[in-house]
Amino acid sequence: MNSKIPQGEMDKKWEDYKGHVKLVNPSNKRKLEVIVVGTGLAGASAAASLGELGYKVKAFCFQDSPRRAHSIAAQGGINAAKNYQNDGDSVFRLFYDTVKGGDYRSREANVHRLAEVSTSIIDQCVAQGVPFAREYGGLLSNRSFGGTQVQRTFYAAGQTGQQLLLGAYSAVERQVALGNVTMYRRHEMEDVVLIDGIAKGIVARNLVTGELERHGAHAVLLCTGGYGNVFYLSTNAMGSNVTAAWRAHKKGAFFGNPCFTQIHPTCIPVSGDHQSKLTLMSESLRNDGRIWVPLKQADTRKGSEIPEEERDYYLERRYPAFGNLVPRDVASRAAKERCDAGYGVGTTKMAVFLDFADAIKRYGRIEAGKKGITDMPEKDIVALGKDVVAEKYGNLFEMYAKITGENPYEMPMRIYPAVHYTMGGLWVDYELQTTITGLYALGEANFSDHGANRLGASALMQGLADGYFVIPYTLGNYLADEIRNGAVDPNQQAFLDTEKLVAERINKLLAIKGTKTVESFHKRLGKIMWDKCGMARNAEGLKQAITEIRSLKAEFWTDVRVPGEVNEMNPELDKAGRVADFIELGELMCIDALDREESCGGHFREESQTEDGEAKRDDANYAYVAAWENKGDSEWALHKEDLSFEIVKPTQRSYK
Amino acid sequence: MEHYHMNLTLKVWRQKNNKAKGSFETYKVKEISSEMSFLEMFDVLNEQLILEGKSPIAFDHDCREGICGMCSMHINGQVHGPWAQNTTCQLHMRAFKDGDTIVVEPWRSKAFPIVKDLMVNRSAFDRIIEAGGYISVNTGNAVDANAIPIDKKKADDAFMAAACIGCGACVATCINGSAMLFVGAKISQLALLPQGGPERESRALNMVAQMDKEGFGNCTNTYACEAQCPKGISVANIARMNKEYIGAGFATEEN
Ligand SMILES: Cc1cc2nc3c(=O)[nH]c(=O)nc-3n(C[C@H](O)[C@H](O)[C@H](O)COP(=O)(O)OP(=O)(O)OC[C@H]3O[C@@H](n4cnc5c(N)ncnc54)[C@H](O)[C@@H]3O)c2cc1C
Ligand code: SF4
Ligand code: FES
Repeated sequence: MNSKIPQGEMDKKWEDYKGHVKLVNPSNKRKLEVIVVGTGLAGASAAASLGELGYKVKAFCFQDSPRRAHSIAAQGGINAAKNYQNDGDSVFRLFYDTVKGGDYRSREANVHRLAEVSTSIIDQCVAQGVPFAREYGGLLSNRSFGGTQVQRTFYAAGQTGQQLLLGAYSAVERQVALGNVTMYRRHEMEDVVLIDGIAKGIVARNLVTGELERHGAHAVLLCTGGYGNVFYLSTNAMGSNVTAAWRAHKKGAFFGNPCFTQIHPTCIPVSGDHQSKLTLMSESLRNDGRIWVPLKQADTRKGSEIPEEERDYYLERRYPAFGNLVPRDVASRAAKERCDAGYGVGTTKMAVFLDFADAIKRYGRIEAGKKGITDMPEKDIVALGKDVVAEKYGNLFEMYAKITGENPYEMPMRIYPAVHYTMGGLWVDYELQTTITGLYALGEANFSDHGANRLGASALMQGLADGYFVIPYTLGNYLADEIRNGAVDPNQQAFLDTEKLVAERINKLLAIKGTKTVESFHKRLGKIMWDKCGMARNAEGLKQAITEIRSLKAEFWTDVRVPGEVNEMNPELDKAGRVADFIELGELMCIDALDREESCGGHFREESQTEDGEAKRDDANYAYVAAWENKGDSEWALHKEDLSFEIVKPTQRSYK
Repeated sequence: MEHYHMNLTLKVWRQKNNKAKGSFETYKVKEISSEMSFLEMFDVLNEQLILEGKSPIAFDHDCREGICGMCSMHINGQVHGPWAQNTTCQLHMRAFKDGDTIVVEPWRSKAFPIVKDLMVNRSAFDRIIEAGGYISVNTGNAVDANAIPIDKKKADDAFMAAACIGCGACVATCINGSAMLFVGAKISQLALLPQGGPERESRALNMVAQMDKEGFGNCTNTYACEAQCPKGISVANIARMNKEYIGAGFATEEN
């Protein structure tokens, strides 16, 4: 494992790398083919940029259109060190906040590059016609996000991911029209094809006809998103899966920090057994919403009926410096702590309040002030304030009302933490190359930049950084040596062999004809993961989880019922393949969590906490990236990439 | 919120594939909670079908948050069901009561062929975007994001048009199967922004030409699309598109 971090000063590494990287001349680019799996922010930006450069790109997604990739659902915003607000932001600060926010478990060089290119992302998106929020003067507006004290988040109401993705999607469609990108919709990558250990293509399944297809290329980019759905319930889209990354892992790509999961503090709580997914209420709401629980245990009064002095604004109490804007891992654990102690609200008692009453009044007064009215009646102030809040968060409030049937303008929202993002993913070097030569991982699918905890509004930034501004350089460095190799023939033996194995696996799933549905296995896996590898973890629980998952796997492969045929559109079959991979991943996540006997970021080992219940890191023993190599059925070997911190010296993270 | 349970009868369009002839099948579901989403009710039904050894119903969905535009059911004669400005996935069962019969069909439109059961092929929308629904700016070409201030009203209007999720409900609800609302929204978004200026004319002409080629119908101003659009995309966008299109026509003649 060589992380290939360039020599030199931290703030010169990327510049230097770009200055010395190998280039491919335009006529050669036309002869080089690149497969991009995934069309979210990472995949779409990569496919578009590579197409523009002249490479022949084949892009794949399992949805019916590339515009529907899960990135579309991102709400709150995207960070960039523009310092338009003149509030002290800089590339260094964004770098620093991200390394600290990640609890010192990320690679400094990658994070610095991310901060450097962040500003170009905003320029690019605006040029594409992304309608970011603006001030009356016509300039871009910013807001704050958790874990930072500056306003560096750009947004488009609560639909930032949608607008960024539509920008990248339009850039891809332009390349499709120009003939540089070929789009394969409703296709699922089933495996990567290696020739002499080097990635040379994929086997994909056409989800409409069920046919397997072999596609050759000079390099393969996995931009397939995160694996939060291993928990069954998460804020991810229903189809989000680990399959592409997992198949690559089984072919030799190491998996980095699999147990690093982000549990987001503000989601709509579970309402019953029927629940199929959880809905995020964007972190941006914590800018204006105040989080609290009743001071009295098991208080059954409505939130709006509990007087001020009987409320515990526990984040403001515990973390006066950051208050409601502490990072996600901290906010989530604090909510769990209050609910476990019996202060939770709502029917299930597994929820806390997120209250906008104060913000509504504050904004109302400001609006009244703008109109020069000093004696406006309270109810008119509230009405004005509601308009302001509606402009900022209207779509989120609507979504909340539709799901819960309650009006969040009148009553505080009920929220609870939910699985949201996975910092872990395929291990990549500085060039975003996995341990398989020719195979790259971008966006949430790689482990790279967020350490043990991601700061809000940084995933969109990373996806677009990887696709627009990093991979065009680093891939060229690899492809420069590929020009002598002609087109990759997908009829070679390696392709046929891989295709045969894929077909056998699919047929095996269909042949089991057991008694239990795929969904029921997924739910059981999710429960094991949430209970034992969720917000709090301990050695005993993790060991139990590993045993339980192994027996679940055996049961799956003998008793699952997958209806339908192989040669037709068969969503249950697609799901079965994904759940089979999630089961294996779940085991590795528990093994990784067991190995890491420290708490850091979102990974909280109950054995390792400070006296006041904060996560306690162990830098002497665990300042490494855990990169797991698959050695066969339920067998892994651990490789460690030691992390050194030249610039941001690790300290106990404090937001007090 | 008070919740309750209900037993329902479902009449669902089943069609094995694009070539097969489809028909309605009737199913019963029991003890459905009013807190479920409409698609969660379908999950329950599908689990039941699988355990009975029958084939589950294929339907499109992904985000289940009303933003990806994938879900697409025609419910009791309305695209995305009875709630205003809502997607199928955000419809919740408290919209129904015990004993109801619910009829569910796929989008019906010549330009959206049925793939299976309730799934249709909307790739025509992608091809319309390919024809011009973008600004031609390669990665790295951009100027500083604040170099061109944009009037807030225009930026807001562009955002409102850009909120389209590409679900196709406008087409499915239109008696003519017109895609004007979808196309108008994209043309408007880019026409309202200074960055979209240079390609305004070719964009309008090419996107409209592609729309016609895909077999979408004409607009006869019934405004059903606006009324049923889950994102409240306004028909003002159609008017703006017509203006852009006519303007572009003149411009080409002059050249
Ligand atoms: C509700 C929600 C809100 C969020 N809000 C924010 C926010 O405000 N700010 C922020 O920075 N981040 C946010 N995030 C995180 C962020 O959205 C994601 O991390 C990011 O969008 C991931 O982008 P991606 O390109 O890596 O993957 P995705 O967008 O998940 O795309 C994955 C792509 O891979 C394809 N794919 C997957 N598997 C296969 C396969 N086997 N074969 C073929 N194709 C496949 C899919 O079709 C899809 O095109 C949010 C996340 C959620 C869930
Ligand atoms: S205009 Fe409305 S109905 Fe039509 S595709 Fe867009 S969001 Fe759907
Ligand atoms: S499933 Fe995404 S909009 Fe309904």
